[in-house]
Amino acid sequence: MVDARGYSCPMPVVMVQKEVSRSAPDQLEVLVDDRCAVENISRFAGHSGYAVEIREVADDEFSLLLTKLP
Amino acid sequence: MEENIKWTKLTRCAGCGAKVGAGILAQLLDGIEVHRDPDLLVGFDKSDDASVYRLSDELALVQTVDFFPPIADDPFLFGQIAAANALSDIYAMGGEPKLALNLLCIPEKMPQSAVHALLRGGYGKVYEAGALITGGHSILDEEPKYGLSVTGFVHPERLLTNAGARPGDIMFLTKPLGTGVLTTAAKAELCPPAALAQAYRLMATLNKAARDIMVRYRVHACTDVTGFGLLGHAVEMAQASGVALTLDAKGFDLLPEALALARTGILPEGMYRNRTFAQPFVDAGQTELAVQDLLYDPQTSGGLLIAVDPADADALWDELRPSVPSAQRIGKAADYTGGARIILR
Repeated sequence: MVDARGYSCPMPVVMVQKEVSRSAPDQLEVLVDDRCAVENISRFAGHSGYAVEIREVADDEFSLLLTKLP
Repeated sequence: MEENIKWTKLTRCAGCGAKVGAGILAQLLDGIEVHRDPDLLVGFDKSDDASVYRLSDELALVQTVDFFPPIADDPFLFGQIAAANALSDIYAMGGEPKLALNLLCIPEKMPQSAVHALLRGGYGKVYEAGALITGGHSILDEEPKYGLSVTGFVHPERLLTNAGARPGDIMFLTKPLGTGVLTTAAKAELCPPAALAQAYRLMATLNKAARDIMVRYRVHACTDVTGFGLLGHAVEMAQASGVALTLDAKGFDLLPEALALARTGILPEGMYRNRTFAQPFVDAGQTELAVQDLLYDPQTSGGLLIAVDPADADALWDELRPSVPSAQRIGKAADYTGGARIILR
Protein backbone atom coordinates (compact mmCIF):
# COMPACT_ATOMS: atom_id res chain seq x y z
CA MET A 1 0.00 0.00 0.00
CA VAL A 2 1.17 3.50 -0.81
CA ASP A 3 -0.31 6.27 1.31
CA ALA A 4 0.37 9.48 -0.59
CA ARG A 5 -2.19 11.58 1.25
CA GLY A 6 -0.82 14.99 2.12
CA TYR A 7 1.69 15.01 -0.72
CA SER A 8 1.34 17.43 -3.64
CA CYS A 9 2.03 16.61 -7.30
CA PRO A 10 4.17 15.13 -8.61
CA MET A 11 5.14 13.27 -5.41
CA PRO A 12 2.23 10.78 -5.26
CA VAL A 13 2.89 9.36 -8.73
CA VAL A 14 6.61 9.30 -7.99
CA MET A 15 5.95 7.25 -4.82
CA VAL A 16 3.85 4.81 -6.86
CA GLN A 17 6.53 4.56 -9.57
CA LYS A 18 9.14 3.75 -6.93
CA GLU A 19 6.98 1.06 -5.31
CA VAL A 20 6.18 -0.54 -8.68
CA SER A 21 9.83 -0.67 -9.73
CA ARG A 22 10.87 -1.92 -6.27
CA SER A 23 8.38 -4.77 -5.83
CA ALA A 24 6.56 -5.16 -9.20
CA PRO A 25 3.32 -5.96 -7.34
CA ASP A 26 0.40 -7.77 -8.95
CA GLN A 27 -1.87 -5.44 -7.01
CA LEU A 28 -1.19 -2.15 -5.33
CA GLU A 29 -3.54 0.03 -3.34
CA VAL A 30 -2.82 3.77 -3.33
CA LEU A 31 -4.42 6.46 -1.18
CA VAL A 32 -4.35 10.07 -2.37
CA ASP A 33 -6.21 13.26 -1.52
CA ASP A 34 -5.58 15.20 -4.70
CA ARG A 35 -7.29 14.90 -8.10
CA CYS A 36 -4.06 15.67 -9.92
CA ALA A 37 -2.54 12.62 -8.23
CA VAL A 38 -5.47 10.44 -9.33
CA GLU A 39 -4.94 11.48 -12.95
CA ASN A 40 -1.15 11.20 -12.84
CA ILE A 41 -1.26 7.72 -11.29
CA SER A 42 -3.91 6.61 -13.80
CA ARG A 43 -1.66 7.72 -16.65
CA PHE A 44 1.34 5.94 -15.14
CA ALA A 45 -0.74 2.78 -14.61
CA GLY A 46 -2.01 2.81 -18.20
CA HIS A 47 1.54 3.25 -19.47
CA SER A 48 2.97 0.47 -17.27
CA GLY A 49 0.51 -2.36 -17.87
CA TYR A 50 -1.76 -1.87 -14.87
CA ALA A 51 -5.53 -1.54 -14.82
CA VAL A 52 -6.75 1.04 -12.32
CA GLU A 53 -9.93 1.16 -10.29
CA ILE A 54 -10.71 4.48 -8.61
CA ARG A 55 -12.98 4.92 -5.59
CA GLU A 56 -13.73 8.18 -3.81
CA VAL A 57 -13.57 7.01 -0.18
CA ALA A 58 -14.20 10.42 1.40
CA ASP A 59 -14.51 14.00 0.25
CA ASP A 60 -11.53 14.51 -2.10
CA GLU A 61 -9.90 11.34 -0.83
CA PHE A 62 -9.38 8.51 -3.28
CA SER A 63 -8.36 4.89 -3.22
CA LEU A 64 -6.76 3.58 -6.41
CA LEU A 65 -6.40 -0.13 -6.95
CA LEU A 66 -3.74 -0.97 -9.52
CA THR A 67 -3.94 -4.51 -10.94
CA LYS A 68 -1.29 -5.92 -13.26
CA LEU A 69 -2.73 -6.79 -16.63
CA PRO A 70 -2.03 -10.32 -17.89
CA MET B 1 25.09 30.73 1.03
CA GLU B 2 22.34 31.08 -1.59
CA GLU B 3 23.45 27.80 -3.18
CA ASN B 4 21.95 26.00 -0.17
CA ILE B 5 18.46 27.41 -0.62
CA LYS B 6 16.15 25.37 -2.85
CA TRP B 7 14.00 28.24 -4.09
CA THR B 8 11.47 25.96 -5.77
CA LYS B 9 10.92 24.14 -2.45
CA LEU B 10 9.55 27.37 -0.99
CA THR B 11 6.45 27.16 -3.20
CA ARG B 12 3.79 24.64 -4.12
CA CYS B 13 3.34 25.80 -7.72
CA ALA B 14 6.07 26.38 -10.25
CA GLY B 15 6.11 29.56 -12.33
CA CYS B 16 3.02 30.17 -14.46
CA GLY B 17 1.57 26.92 -13.13
CA ALA B 18 0.56 29.03 -10.14
CA LYS B 19 -1.83 31.02 -12.33
CA VAL B 20 -5.51 30.98 -11.40
CA GLY B 21 -7.35 28.87 -14.00
CA ALA B 22 -9.02 30.66 -16.92
CA GLY B 23 -12.47 29.37 -16.00
CA ILE B 24 -12.11 30.42 -12.35
CA LEU B 25 -10.77 33.81 -13.39
CA ALA B 26 -13.86 34.44 -15.53
CA GLN B 27 -16.06 33.61 -12.52
CA LEU B 28 -14.06 35.89 -10.23
CA LEU B 29 -14.49 38.80 -12.63
CA ASP B 30 -18.13 38.08 -13.37
CA GLY B 31 -20.41 40.96 -12.46
CA ILE B 32 -17.59 43.44 -11.83
CA GLU B 33 -18.45 46.73 -13.46
CA VAL B 34 -16.30 47.55 -16.50
CA HIS B 35 -15.71 51.22 -17.31
CA ARG B 36 -15.05 52.12 -20.92
CA ASP B 37 -13.06 54.77 -22.70
CA PRO B 38 -12.92 55.32 -26.47
CA ASP B 39 -9.12 55.35 -26.30
CA LEU B 40 -8.88 52.06 -24.40
CA LEU B 41 -8.06 49.81 -27.35
CA VAL B 42 -7.65 46.60 -25.36
CA GLY B 43 -9.20 46.01 -21.96
CA PHE B 44 -9.71 42.72 -20.18
CA ASP B 45 -12.90 41.68 -21.99
CA LYS B 46 -11.13 39.46 -24.53
CA SER B 47 -8.51 37.83 -22.28
CA ASP B 48 -5.58 39.60 -23.93
CA ASP B 49 -2.01 39.80 -22.68
CA ALA B 50 -1.88 43.49 -21.86
CA SER B 51 -4.07 46.55 -21.85
CA VAL B 52 -3.54 49.15 -24.56
CA TYR B 53 -4.46 52.84 -24.40
CA ARG B 54 -4.26 55.22 -27.37
CA LEU B 55 -2.31 58.39 -26.60
CA SER B 56 -2.39 59.77 -30.15
CA ASP B 57 -3.02 58.52 -33.68
CA GLU B 58 0.62 57.34 -33.78
CA LEU B 59 1.15 56.07 -30.27
CA ALA B 60 -0.53 53.71 -27.84
CA LEU B 61 0.59 52.72 -24.34
CA VAL B 62 0.83 48.99 -23.60
CA GLN B 63 0.72 47.95 -19.95
CA THR B 64 1.05 44.57 -18.28
CA VAL B 65 2.03 42.88 -15.04
CA ASP B 66 3.21 39.34 -14.36
CA PHE B 67 4.86 37.68 -11.39
CA PHE B 68 5.10 34.20 -9.91
CA PRO B 69 6.79 31.95 -7.33
CA PRO B 70 10.22 30.43 -8.01
CA ILE B 71 10.54 28.37 -11.19
CA ALA B 72 14.24 27.67 -10.64
CA ASP B 73 16.47 27.09 -7.61
CA ASP B 74 19.04 29.54 -8.93
CA PRO B 75 17.77 33.04 -8.07
CA PHE B 76 19.61 34.66 -10.99
CA LEU B 77 17.86 32.32 -13.41
CA PHE B 78 14.53 32.84 -11.67
CA GLY B 79 14.99 36.60 -12.11
CA GLN B 80 15.83 36.22 -15.79
CA ILE B 81 12.84 33.97 -16.47
CA ALA B 82 10.35 36.11 -14.54
CA ALA B 83 11.52 39.20 -16.43
CA ALA B 84 11.47 37.49 -19.85
CA ASN B 85 7.95 36.29 -19.06
CA ALA B 86 6.69 39.74 -18.01
CA LEU B 87 8.25 41.45 -21.03
CA SER B 88 6.67 38.86 -23.31
CA ASP B 89 3.17 40.29 -22.85
CA ILE B 90 4.34 43.52 -24.51
CA TYR B 91 5.90 41.60 -27.41
CA ALA B 92 2.71 39.56 -27.83
CA MET B 93 0.83 42.80 -28.52
CA GLY B 94 3.40 43.76 -31.16
CA GLY B 95 4.83 46.41 -28.84
CA GLU B 96 8.24 47.45 -27.53
CA PRO B 97 8.84 47.51 -23.76
CA LYS B 98 10.26 50.76 -22.34
CA LEU B 99 9.76 50.96 -18.57
CA ALA B 100 9.49 48.27 -15.93
CA LEU B 101 8.84 48.17 -12.17
CA ASN B 102 9.92 45.30 -9.93
CA LEU B 103 7.39 43.32 -7.90
CA LEU B 104 9.29 41.46 -5.21
CA CYS B 105 8.09 39.26 -2.35
CA ILE B 106 10.85 37.77 -0.18
CA PRO B 107 11.10 35.87 3.08
CA GLU B 108 12.71 37.92 5.83
CA LYS B 109 15.48 35.36 6.31
CA MET B 110 16.53 35.21 2.66
CA PRO B 111 20.23 36.16 2.38
CA GLN B 112 20.80 39.49 0.67
CA SER B 113 23.19 37.94 -1.81
CA ALA B 114 20.41 35.64 -3.10
CA VAL B 115 17.97 38.52 -3.52
CA HIS B 116 20.71 40.51 -5.22
CA ALA B 117 21.26 37.65 -7.68
CA LEU B 118 17.51 37.51 -8.39
CA LEU B 119 17.41 41.22 -9.15
CA ARG B 120 20.55 41.06 -11.30
CA GLY B 121 18.78 38.42 -13.40
CA GLY B 122 15.71 40.63 -13.79
CA TYR B 123 17.64 43.83 -14.58
CA GLY B 124 19.81 42.05 -17.13
CA LYS B 125 16.82 40.78 -19.09
CA VAL B 126 15.09 44.16 -19.03
CA TYR B 127 18.25 45.84 -20.33
CA GLU B 128 18.59 43.16 -23.01
CA ALA B 129 15.06 44.10 -24.07
CA GLY B 130 16.14 47.73 -24.42
CA ALA B 131 13.94 48.82 -21.51
CA LEU B 132 14.63 50.30 -18.06
CA ILE B 133 13.73 49.27 -14.53
CA THR B 134 12.82 52.49 -12.74
CA GLY B 135 11.77 51.22 -9.33
CA GLY B 136 9.32 48.79 -7.80
CA HIS B 137 7.79 47.52 -4.62
CA SER B 138 8.98 44.85 -2.18
CA ILE B 139 7.12 43.11 0.61
CA LEU B 140 7.99 40.38 3.09
CA ASP B 141 6.35 37.07 2.28
CA GLU B 142 7.18 33.49 3.29
CA GLU B 143 6.73 32.35 -0.32
CA PRO B 144 9.07 34.29 -2.62
CA LYS B 145 7.60 35.82 -5.77
CA TYR B 146 9.10 38.01 -8.45
CA GLY B 147 7.97 39.70 -11.60
CA LEU B 148 7.51 43.05 -13.27
CA SER B 149 4.95 45.55 -14.29
CA VAL B 150 5.99 46.59 -17.80
CA THR B 151 5.00 49.57 -19.90
CA GLY B 152 5.64 49.67 -23.62
CA PHE B 153 4.50 51.37 -26.78
CA VAL B 154 2.96 50.31 -30.06
CA HIS B 155 1.54 52.11 -33.09
CA PRO B 156 -2.25 51.85 -32.68
CA GLU B 157 -2.60 50.46 -36.19
CA ARG B 158 0.18 47.90 -35.67
CA LEU B 159 -1.33 46.62 -32.45
CA LEU B 160 -1.72 42.82 -32.32
CA THR B 161 -4.34 41.13 -30.19
CA ASN B 162 -5.57 37.56 -29.97
CA ALA B 163 -8.78 38.66 -31.75
CA GLY B 164 -7.63 39.24 -35.32
CA ALA B 165 -7.05 35.76 -36.78
CA ARG B 166 -8.81 35.27 -40.13
CA PRO B 167 -9.85 32.11 -41.95
CA GLY B 168 -6.91 30.95 -44.07
CA ASP B 169 -4.24 32.37 -41.72
CA ILE B 170 -1.25 30.13 -41.05
CA MET B 171 -0.38 29.47 -37.40
CA PHE B 172 3.16 29.59 -36.02
CA LEU B 173 4.70 28.94 -32.61
CA THR B 174 8.20 30.10 -31.63
CA LYS B 175 9.31 27.96 -28.66
CA PRO B 176 9.06 24.20 -27.95
CA LEU B 177 6.46 22.93 -25.47
CA GLY B 178 6.91 20.91 -22.28
CA THR B 179 8.71 23.23 -19.84
CA GLY B 180 5.89 22.85 -17.29
CA VAL B 181 6.36 19.08 -17.21
CA LEU B 182 10.14 19.42 -16.89
CA THR B 183 10.00 21.89 -13.99
CA THR B 184 7.41 19.67 -12.27
CA ALA B 185 9.69 16.66 -12.72
CA ALA B 186 12.56 18.72 -11.33
CA LYS B 187 10.65 19.07 -8.05
CA ALA B 188 10.94 15.29 -7.66
CA GLU B 189 14.50 15.34 -9.02
CA LEU B 190 13.32 13.32 -12.02
CA CYS B 191 14.30 15.77 -14.75
CA PRO B 192 17.57 15.00 -16.55
CA PRO B 193 19.89 17.96 -15.79
CA ALA B 194 20.57 18.71 -19.46
CA ALA B 195 16.85 18.84 -20.22
CA LEU B 196 16.25 21.13 -17.26
CA ALA B 197 19.07 23.41 -18.34
CA GLN B 198 17.54 23.56 -21.83
CA ALA B 199 14.11 24.37 -20.35
CA TYR B 200 15.63 27.22 -18.31
CA ARG B 201 17.41 28.58 -21.37
CA LEU B 202 14.16 28.53 -23.33
CA MET B 203 12.21 30.26 -20.58
CA ALA B 204 14.90 32.93 -20.18
CA THR B 205 14.89 33.67 -23.92
CA LEU B 206 13.13 36.92 -24.78
CA ASN B 207 10.36 36.87 -27.39
CA LYS B 208 11.95 40.04 -28.76
CA ALA B 209 13.41 38.40 -31.89
CA ALA B 210 10.07 36.78 -32.76
CA ARG B 211 8.28 40.10 -32.24
CA ASP B 212 10.80 42.15 -34.23
CA ILE B 213 10.43 39.77 -37.17
CA MET B 214 6.67 39.28 -37.13
CA VAL B 215 5.83 43.00 -37.10
CA ARG B 216 7.27 43.25 -40.61
CA TYR B 217 4.64 40.82 -41.92
CA ARG B 218 0.87 40.80 -42.18
CA VAL B 219 0.29 39.19 -38.80
CA HIS B 220 -3.39 39.27 -37.86
CA ALA B 221 -3.27 37.91 -34.30
CA CYS B 222 -0.71 37.05 -31.66
CA THR B 223 -0.54 35.91 -28.06
CA ASP B 224 2.15 34.39 -25.90
CA VAL B 225 1.79 30.86 -24.62
CA THR B 226 1.97 30.86 -20.82
CA GLY B 227 -0.04 29.45 -17.94
CA PHE B 228 -3.08 28.26 -19.89
CA GLY B 229 -0.95 26.08 -22.16
CA LEU B 230 -0.90 26.09 -25.95
CA LEU B 231 -4.47 24.83 -26.26
CA GLY B 232 -5.84 27.19 -23.60
CA HIS B 233 -4.38 30.19 -25.39
CA ALA B 234 -5.37 28.81 -28.80
CA VAL B 235 -8.99 28.40 -27.66
CA GLU B 236 -8.99 31.99 -26.44
CA MET B 237 -7.58 33.19 -29.76
CA ALA B 238 -10.09 31.15 -31.79
CA GLN B 239 -13.02 32.42 -29.70
CA ALA B 240 -11.87 36.04 -29.74
CA SER B 241 -11.25 35.90 -33.50
CA GLY B 242 -14.46 34.03 -34.34
CA VAL B 243 -12.55 31.29 -36.18
CA ALA B 244 -11.69 27.61 -35.78
CA LEU B 245 -8.06 26.44 -35.72
CA THR B 246 -6.96 23.20 -37.34
CA LEU B 247 -3.70 22.18 -35.70
CA ASP B 248 -1.29 19.44 -36.76
CA ALA B 249 -0.19 17.47 -33.68
CA LYS B 250 2.97 16.44 -35.58
CA GLY B 251 3.85 20.05 -36.32
CA PHE B 252 4.70 20.80 -32.70
CA ASP B 253 8.19 20.71 -31.25
CA LEU B 254 7.63 18.79 -28.01
CA LEU B 255 10.65 18.53 -25.73
CA PRO B 256 11.42 14.79 -25.91
CA GLU B 257 12.17 14.37 -22.19
CA ALA B 258 8.89 16.11 -21.37
CA LEU B 259 6.99 13.71 -23.61
CA ALA B 260 8.65 10.71 -21.96
CA LEU B 261 7.81 12.06 -18.49
CA ALA B 262 4.21 12.86 -19.49
CA ARG B 263 3.76 9.24 -20.55
CA THR B 264 4.68 8.12 -17.03
CA GLY B 265 2.21 10.50 -15.40
CA ILE B 266 4.59 13.28 -14.32
CA LEU B 267 2.26 16.18 -15.05
CA PRO B 268 1.65 19.48 -13.27
CA GLU B 269 -1.65 20.25 -11.61
CA GLY B 270 -2.04 23.27 -13.91
CA MET B 271 -2.20 20.95 -16.92
CA TYR B 272 -5.44 19.46 -15.55
CA ARG B 273 -6.86 22.91 -14.83
CA ASN B 274 -6.10 23.89 -18.44
CA ARG B 275 -7.79 20.74 -19.69
CA THR B 276 -10.90 21.46 -17.64
CA PHE B 277 -11.13 24.91 -19.20
CA ALA B 278 -10.21 24.21 -22.82
CA GLN B 279 -11.12 20.58 -23.48
CA PRO B 280 -14.82 21.29 -24.21
CA PHE B 281 -13.65 23.36 -27.20
CA VAL B 282 -11.07 20.89 -28.50
CA ASP B 283 -11.57 17.91 -30.79
CA ALA B 284 -8.36 15.97 -30.23
CA GLY B 285 -9.23 13.06 -32.55
CA GLN B 286 -6.80 10.18 -32.11
CA THR B 287 -3.96 12.33 -30.76
CA GLU B 288 -1.91 10.43 -28.17
CA LEU B 289 -2.86 11.38 -24.60
CA ALA B 290 0.68 12.40 -23.62
CA VAL B 291 0.92 14.66 -26.69
CA GLN B 292 -2.37 16.29 -25.76
CA ASP B 293 -1.09 16.71 -22.21
CA LEU B 294 1.91 18.66 -23.47
CA LEU B 295 -0.39 20.88 -25.53
CA TYR B 296 -2.23 21.70 -22.26
CA ASP B 297 1.01 21.97 -20.26
CA PRO B 298 1.29 25.37 -18.54
CA GLN B 299 4.31 27.17 -19.96
CA THR B 300 6.34 29.81 -18.21
CA SER B 301 7.66 32.41 -20.63
CA GLY B 302 6.53 30.33 -23.62
CA GLY B 303 6.74 31.31 -27.27
CA LEU B 304 4.50 33.49 -29.41
CA LEU B 305 1.46 31.98 -31.11
CA ILE B 306 1.10 33.87 -34.38
CA ALA B 307 -1.64 33.95 -37.04
CA VAL B 308 -0.23 35.31 -40.31
CA ASP B 309 -1.71 36.03 -43.72
CA PRO B 310 -1.08 32.94 -45.92
CA ALA B 311 0.70 35.09 -48.52
CA ASP B 312 3.37 35.95 -45.93
CA ALA B 313 3.65 32.56 -44.25
CA ASP B 314 6.67 31.19 -46.12
CA ALA B 315 8.67 34.39 -45.79
CA LEU B 316 7.86 34.66 -42.09
CA TRP B 317 8.84 31.06 -41.52
CA ASP B 318 12.15 31.51 -43.36
CA GLU B 319 12.99 34.47 -41.18
CA LEU B 320 11.81 32.98 -37.89
CA ARG B 321 13.64 29.67 -38.26
CA PRO B 322 17.20 30.88 -37.62
CA SER B 323 16.14 33.52 -35.09
CA VAL B 324 13.79 31.96 -32.54
CA PRO B 325 14.27 28.87 -30.34
CA SER B 326 11.97 26.73 -32.50
CA ALA B 327 9.86 28.01 -35.40
CA GLN B 328 6.92 25.65 -35.79
CA ARG B 329 4.26 25.80 -38.46
CA ILE B 330 1.38 24.25 -36.57
CA GLY B 331 -1.77 24.66 -38.63
CA LYS B 332 -4.26 27.13 -39.99
CA ALA B 333 -7.35 29.13 -39.17
CA ALA B 334 -10.68 28.30 -40.79
CA ASP B 335 -14.28 29.51 -40.75
CA TYR B 336 -16.03 28.55 -37.56
CA THR B 337 -19.11 26.55 -38.37
CA GLY B 338 -20.02 25.39 -34.86
CA GLY B 339 -18.64 22.56 -32.77
CA ALA B 340 -15.03 22.44 -31.64
CA ARG B 341 -12.90 25.59 -31.91
CA ILE B 342 -9.70 23.58 -32.17
CA ILE B 343 -9.39 20.52 -34.37
CA LEU B 344 -6.24 18.56 -33.57
CA ARG B 345 -5.08 16.00 -36.09
